[in-house]
Amino acid sequence: MAFDYDKYIRPGKLPHIWCPGCGHGIVMKGLIRAIDAVGLDKKNTAIVSGIGCASRLPGYIDCCTLHTAHGRAAAFATGVKMAKPEMDVILVGGDGDGTAIGGNHFIHACRRNINMTYIIMNNKIYGMTGGQFSPATPTGAKASTTPYGNPDPAFDIAKLAIGAGATFVARGTAYHANQIDKLIAEAIQHKGFSVVEILDDCPTTYGRRNKFRSVIEMMNVLKDIAVPVKAAEKMSPEQLQGKILTGVLYKEEKPEYTTEYAKVIERAKAAK
Amino acid sequence: MAKKVAFLQGNEAAAQGALYAGCTFFAGYPITPSTEVAEVMSAELPKIGGKFIQMEDEIGAMAALIGASLTGVKALTSTSGPGLSLKQENIGYACIAEVPCVIYNVMRGGPSTGMPTGPSQSDVMCAKWGTHGDHPAILLVPASVQETYEETVRAFNLAEKYRTPVMVMPDEIVAHMRERIVFPEKGELEVVDRTAPSVPPEQYKPYDTSFGDVPPLAAFGSGYKFHVTGLNKMQDGFPTTKAEIVQAEEERQVRKVEANKADIMKWEEYLVDDADIVVVAYGSTSRSARFAVNEARKNGIKAGLFRLQTFWPFPEDRLLQISKKVKAFITPEMNLGMCHGVVKGCIEGNAPVLGIFRVDGEPINPGQIVDKMKEVK
Amino acid sequence: MEKKLPTIEIIEKYCKGCHICVEFCPTKVLEMQGFVAAVKNLEACIKCMQCELRCPDFAIKVTP
Repeated sequence: MAFDYDKYIRPGKLPHIWCPGCGHGIVMKGLIRAIDAVGLDKKNTAIVSGIGCASRLPGYIDCCTLHTAHGRAAAFATGVKMAKPEMDVILVGGDGDGTAIGGNHFIHACRRNINMTYIIMNNKIYGMTGGQFSPATPTGAKASTTPYGNPDPAFDIAKLAIGAGATFVARGTAYHANQIDKLIAEAIQHKGFSVVEILDDCPTTYGRRNKFRSVIEMMNVLKDIAVPVKAAEKMSPEQLQGKILTGVLYKEEKPEYTTEYAKVIERAKAAK
Repeated sequence: MAKKVAFLQGNEAAAQGALYAGCTFFAGYPITPSTEVAEVMSAELPKIGGKFIQMEDEIGAMAALIGASLTGVKALTSTSGPGLSLKQENIGYACIAEVPCVIYNVMRGGPSTGMPTGPSQSDVMCAKWGTHGDHPAILLVPASVQETYEETVRAFNLAEKYRTPVMVMPDEIVAHMRERIVFPEKGELEVVDRTAPSVPPEQYKPYDTSFGDVPPLAAFGSGYKFHVTGLNKMQDGFPTTKAEIVQAEEERQVRKVEANKADIMKWEEYLVDDADIVVVAYGSTSRSARFAVNEARKNGIKAGLFRLQTFWPFPEDRLLQISKKVKAFITPEMNLGMCHGVVKGCIEGNAPVLGIFRVDGEPINPGQIVDKMKEVK
Repeated sequence: MEKKLPTIEIIEKYCKGCHICVEFCPTKVLEMQGFVAAVKNLEACIKCMQCELRCPDFAIKVTP
């Protein structure tokens, strides 16, 4: 049987707003399959986003959905999760939303290790505002605000998450569609703050400025640069030059925030 | 049985008032001179199974507040001027998404870092105009520790009743001075909870105006699935740019407060009936004003006090009435004329409005107000 | 034994014509017909499902 996405898509909301060839739709499908695979209860699942193309995702999914202010998804979501830890909370958004204006909330959600899953669609650009460079735009790349090439170095978002304390960090690509749901499902099941970075494409505002002649060319780059972590172990540094590791990059068990706060409640009640 | 009394400061009273109102969630960020609220909440909330979280910044605290409120809990944050500036982004979000929450802001010297430990009353305009766009504003301005407690309870009631953020702003003097407080007993003060939906989940719309200007709000995780956004939205919660819907929704959001002013506004009139001079004051300044009015009366000056307990909505109609029979108004305040301008704007030129403005971190003393009365011809 | 053919449904009103399904089909089952994707050679389909998984627009349903 074909997978029934309609079970999770709100009636009448398709087609979505994303441009032809934008990978956000591929990621949304992966997320839906992951929600289904894990067996999350739609009534008890909150999907929270900030602002930007990727942040429009929650509007399509039939759950409790919260489309917040630019960069603030992690902070709004923290309020939801703290107040109602029994809810499953998933955050979605783009690279600019999550690592520039939302960078502080992002690293602190990682640090607290609060049991939520954050899916970052990294298309290396601010798409909705017309293609300004983001903290994930490669040095030298063209954006609407770097007409002479980008002078800024880029974040490695997965490394940033690991450094900040996230206890599950994975990376996939929009090309490797059959892997997305598996990575997200594992992230959701992990107890702690999990981050899944999906390398994505923006043909409209990134591709056309950076000499990609088509969506297909952008997809081919994602296909070519991705190296599964297992395969990378057998490769030399020279062979890994210009490649990006995919799969589960980091995983550890550490005390989870809402569980720790439940202990605070116990201690406070005992001291009363 | 005798009532429980205590010797508390305004900030502590606000925290106790919030707990009385049923607040079970606090998100904040440390800032002088409001930190005592966070400290009390961090100790008291877990005792009742509530949640306290110190967020990474003021913006995040305001965001967490809204997220928590959407799960059905009553949520409080506390801050002061610079924090209020940062919170404005998501105060606007709470206005448009219509999420009840209470923001307790202690007014200190500004702008910017200003005078962190000095009192002021210069955030009253920020309470109404701080966030961009048209939106409702409710601001309560208590003048004593007892009133800070009671008005914090009322702030939660108004937030829940009208599905909108409500601000409580004592000046730093009220926030930090200690006074005797008599705790109300359970049931003594009204406690309002938001209206839960009466329709089943499949029929629920978060902005369904068939229930009136304040549609019932379901809680996340209670069986109701719905969408919340900061974009202009339709009754079902999904974004729209349709002109007639945006216009109607924006007007309704403001109307929630404007059409219910009589329920929201509160003020005290002291010796106003036969007064030639009416002092319009709020917060700690109103205490100096009351003293000044009493002094003036002893000296044959017919003075009265109009004490604002809500600053927004502003009691424009009542002041207009009063203006028809007084010689002058005096507006003492710890800013450069914020209330002054509003009073002038609503009395149609019927009487002069004399201002006493201090922004030096010192309170306005009664003598200054009496001196100003003597200038009235 | 007769080979059971899958069904590939293209929801034309959702297809935005990005070409991803056509280009990355390992057996060239699909083609563009004007602005939308269409099935050209169903016989060649190996039911790998990649076209469905990679369609960003929810426009392809493959029933193996």
